[in-house]
Amino acid sequence: MSRVHLDHAHMRHLLKEMIRIRHFEAKCVELYQAQKILGFLHLYDGEEAVSVGTMQALTSDDAVVATYREHGQALARGIPSSLLMAEMLGKVEGCCRGRGGSMHFFDRGRRFYGGNAIVGGGLPLAAGIALGDRMQGRKSVTACFFGDGAVNEGEFHETLNLSMIWRLPVLFICENNLYAMGMAIERADAQTHVARQAASYGMPTEEVDGMDVVAVESSARRAVEMIRDGGGPRFLECKTYRFRAHSMFDAQAYRTKDEVEAWRKKGPIVRFQGWLQDNHLITATEITAIESEVDHEIADAVAFAERGTLEAVEEVERFVVMKEVPA
Amino acid sequence: MPALGADMEAGTLVEWLVKPGDKVKSGSIIAVVETQKGAIEIEVFHEGTIAEISVPVGRRVPVGTILAHIDDGTPPSPLPPVQVEISAPVGKTAKSTGETTGPPVPPRPSLGLIAAGGARLKITPVARRRAAALGVDPRNVAGSGIEGSIRLADVERLARSVPERPRHVAGYDAAAMRAAIAAAMSRSKREIPHYYLTETIDLGRALAWLESDNSTKSPQDRLLPAALLLKASALALRKTPRLNGLFLDGEFKPGEGIHIGWAVSLRGGGLIAPAIRDADRKSLSEIMSALRDVVERARKGSLRSSELGSATVTVTSLGDRGAEAVTAIIHPPQVAIIGFGRIVTRPWVVDGRIEARFVVATTLAGDHRVTDGHAGGLFLTNIRDLLQEPDKL
Amino acid sequence: MSDATHSSTLRLTYREACKQSLRQALIEDPRVFLMGEDIGRYGGCYAVTKGMLEEFGEERIRDTPLAESAIAGAGIGAAMVGMRPIVEVMTCNFSLLALDQIVNNAATIPHMSGGQFAIPLIIRMATGGGRRVAAQHSHSLEGWFAHIPGLRILTPATVEDARFMLLGALRDPNPTLIFEHVMLYNIEEDLDSSIRAVDIDRAKVRRAGRDVSLIAYGGGLPKALAAASLLSKEGIEAEVLDLRVLRPLDTAAILESVSRTRRCVIVDEAWRSGSISAEIGMRIAESAFFELDAPLRRVCGREVPMPYAAHLEDACLPQPEGIAAAARELVAPS
Repeated sequence: MSRVHLDHAHMRHLLKEMIRIRHFEAKCVELYQAQKILGFLHLYDGEEAVSVGTMQALTSDDAVVATYREHGQALARGIPSSLLMAEMLGKVEGCCRGRGGSMHFFDRGRRFYGGNAIVGGGLPLAAGIALGDRMQGRKSVTACFFGDGAVNEGEFHETLNLSMIWRLPVLFICENNLYAMGMAIERADAQTHVARQAASYGMPTEEVDGMDVVAVESSARRAVEMIRDGGGPRFLECKTYRFRAHSMFDAQAYRTKDEVEAWRKKGPIVRFQGWLQDNHLITATEITAIESEVDHEIADAVAFAERGTLEAVEEVERFVVMKEVPA
Repeated sequence: MPALGADMEAGTLVEWLVKPGDKVKSGSIIAVVETQKGAIEIEVFHEGTIAEISVPVGRRVPVGTILAHIDDGTPPSPLPPVQVEISAPVGKTAKSTGETTGPPVPPRPSLGLIAAGGARLKITPVARRRAAALGVDPRNVAGSGIEGSIRLADVERLARSVPERPRHVAGYDAAAMRAAIAAAMSRSKREIPHYYLTETIDLGRALAWLESDNSTKSPQDRLLPAALLLKASALALRKTPRLNGLFLDGEFKPGEGIHIGWAVSLRGGGLIAPAIRDADRKSLSEIMSALRDVVERARKGSLRSSELGSATVTVTSLGDRGAEAVTAIIHPPQVAIIGFGRIVTRPWVVDGRIEARFVVATTLAGDHRVTDGHAGGLFLTNIRDLLQEPDKL
Repeated sequence: MSDATHSSTLRLTYREACKQSLRQALIEDPRVFLMGEDIGRYGGCYAVTKGMLEEFGEERIRDTPLAESAIAGAGIGAAMVGMRPIVEVMTCNFSLLALDQIVNNAATIPHMSGGQFAIPLIIRMATGGGRRVAAQHSHSLEGWFAHIPGLRILTPATVEDARFMLLGALRDPNPTLIFEHVMLYNIEEDLDSSIRAVDIDRAKVRRAGRDVSLIAYGGGLPKALAAASLLSKEGIEAEVLDLRVLRPLDTAAILESVSRTRRCVIVDEAWRSGSISAEIGMRIAESAFFELDAPLRRVCGREVPMPYAAHLEDACLPQPEGIAAAARELVAPS
């Protein structure tokens, strides 16, 4: 159903989902600086509306493929924050037994297929998942998230083309945050209108205000319905912006502080929360309650992670060669 | 670096008395080595020219390290040294040890077989291992392998050619025997860290008993003191089994029985040690007969290969015309040798008084890789005690 | 009374054996489907899949555009959600375009996900040189892939293995790469019709011998056997060990053979530096050093991008005479 049903419960849900992501990412910064999260950390601040909006259109039978900047997708998909925290602390209680870390979340039960550190690496996978589902008679849609950087990889073009000729049930969601790491889209893309690149394959596309969670949800619902009806793949270009650096090691020499501040003022939480408040659809008390719930949840998640255990080193090779296909 | 005394494990080279190019002969002193016991001169047993000095002045090296190379001027000769005492493990002939079973046991890093001329020997891993197991020295073999390497077939050919000679040999080739003894004794001194213990044993009771026992026997059945010494040694070995066996492939392999090699000196020079098998289980009379028999056949040159190959320990007794004590050299791959000196009369303290007693100096040379002085000491004490009750031997 | 004249052997080509194994897979398991370039209408670059589009239809015999990465990745995704895809990468030369998907996804997702997913994917590739198709079409990259944990690497060198190794791989939950050497497609051998399956774990002694072990795989097997024939005339009996599986290597079989013969020549068409022959030699040195009666030797491809001219290509590939010479030098040095 493509209409967004904006009752109070749903609005509260959308806001809370976005705030959860935002606060979760803040906690990650803290843990990273305390050297409890190690390696690469790519934060989602500013892009919350894209994940949250899209997930409203998906059911538990649908599939999700994400990138290394996946905390938003993982949380919005419903993977418990405790499992994600434990994973990033390298504990065996993490969603991947500490083997993946921030860039490689997987959750079989929730049909979450990673987490991929190679830009563009998830697109062919998404096509395969969609193909496999359809061949087995499922009506699932595979939502494939990627950034504007992936658009230039060969795998993007190969996958869009293949998905079109085979009419695969893939929802391609490009989170165009205007920068591929430090490379601005004007410098990287001959065609900066990403949707037009997708359209060149004959794929139906839509450009969406990625800072507007309702707009994203609306577009996503529309697209998913079309895909489920057998209409083949669809492409959403969500225009968004990331408020933090590419990763924790980024000095951000490629953009100005003013630019970032300007975008913060029109960020998804600011806009949606502001709109709700302006229209008296939510009270300050409720917002405080949301934040409190979220902070408690995250604190519990951190506690869970810190209590967690490290897998025995002897087990390290256990899943390199699988003994059987998990049921 | 030879083992120059009990407990010596390493020595420091303090002075070279020769340099490359100098000629040396057997007996030449070539270096001075500092040990725990003081400075000792190193003697060589080869004639030739110093080819290379391997250890510089001031360096401390373990026993067994090559100190220098001597070029004796001869190309590798195909004539293998006759090894009559170095033999296959107990109970097997040289041939049957050719099979390897189980996972290969890496040999203890050997001293680096040095070919004549000082170059490192080119020998394949399995050939080297087989040579050690068979107790043959491949240094004088021409290798038929790639790049002239000595390979398995070469070693096995060498081993096969060895036991043929003592099999049914009437008479010995003295030069070959001397060469064999030289090789064996040199190897022993190089590889085996000897320790030495001596016990002077009061033989009063033993000889008295012997005289009394012999008075009841006809001349051909009479026992010599040697029989008592041999039997006492055999019985004592039961209690110290780590003195009875072979050191092969880096580890001690206990003897399956106590087979005492009895050193027999041959007329015209030469030494041979045929085994008295299961000496601990033979009676004194049986031992005496065995002794008479092997000595006779040894001197005639008609010993059997099993007698030559199967000793698990050696006893050397100097007899009436030998010196007071003998500090013997272990016959590899055995791990001990017991030496009995001449039975002499000496002043002895008995109940606070000095008396004249028949005593014999008994010296154990033990392989320090396998036993320590403690075990050796216990062994000698046992012999002493056993010889105080000769009727129980 | 049974018919005593019923034939118990079947003679077919390696190519035909590959095809029959694919057909059997498609017939027996509805989850199996094929994806690859020109496997359908064209009938397959090496004619392995000729006629299969007509037999099984477009859903299961999927011609793809030229997009190796997408094809490999699609195979991985489909395998993750319950299908049993068999992807054909036309030759291993083009697999370089799919390396990221193979190495970073197929080999890695089971481990990265903490065991939540298996990738029961098969990728078949033609491999090797000898067809005068020059540098970019003549690679032997089996050894490269054998470096990657998580992958199984099969190199069928006989018609029997071509017929049955794929079916064994289908039962395995791990991603398997099957390398079919281009010079083997035309070989013809008898198949024992009582054989219904082969293992995908162990090497096989194709010719027993006592003097030297010739260790080979894939396209090197017939050359090693030919070398063994030459040597036999000189009284040297070579043992020929067909590795069959490059990952995991059957180290036990390698060590058993070399510990017996004590000499070894490894035959590997790939460039010698950092090749699988180096790995095999190292394993022998690690675990059978004291059994060796001669240095380890190998006959490999010359370290040159494959030249076009026939005589040059022949000089760059291992040949029976060269293998025999290496073995002879170890057994009976001149």
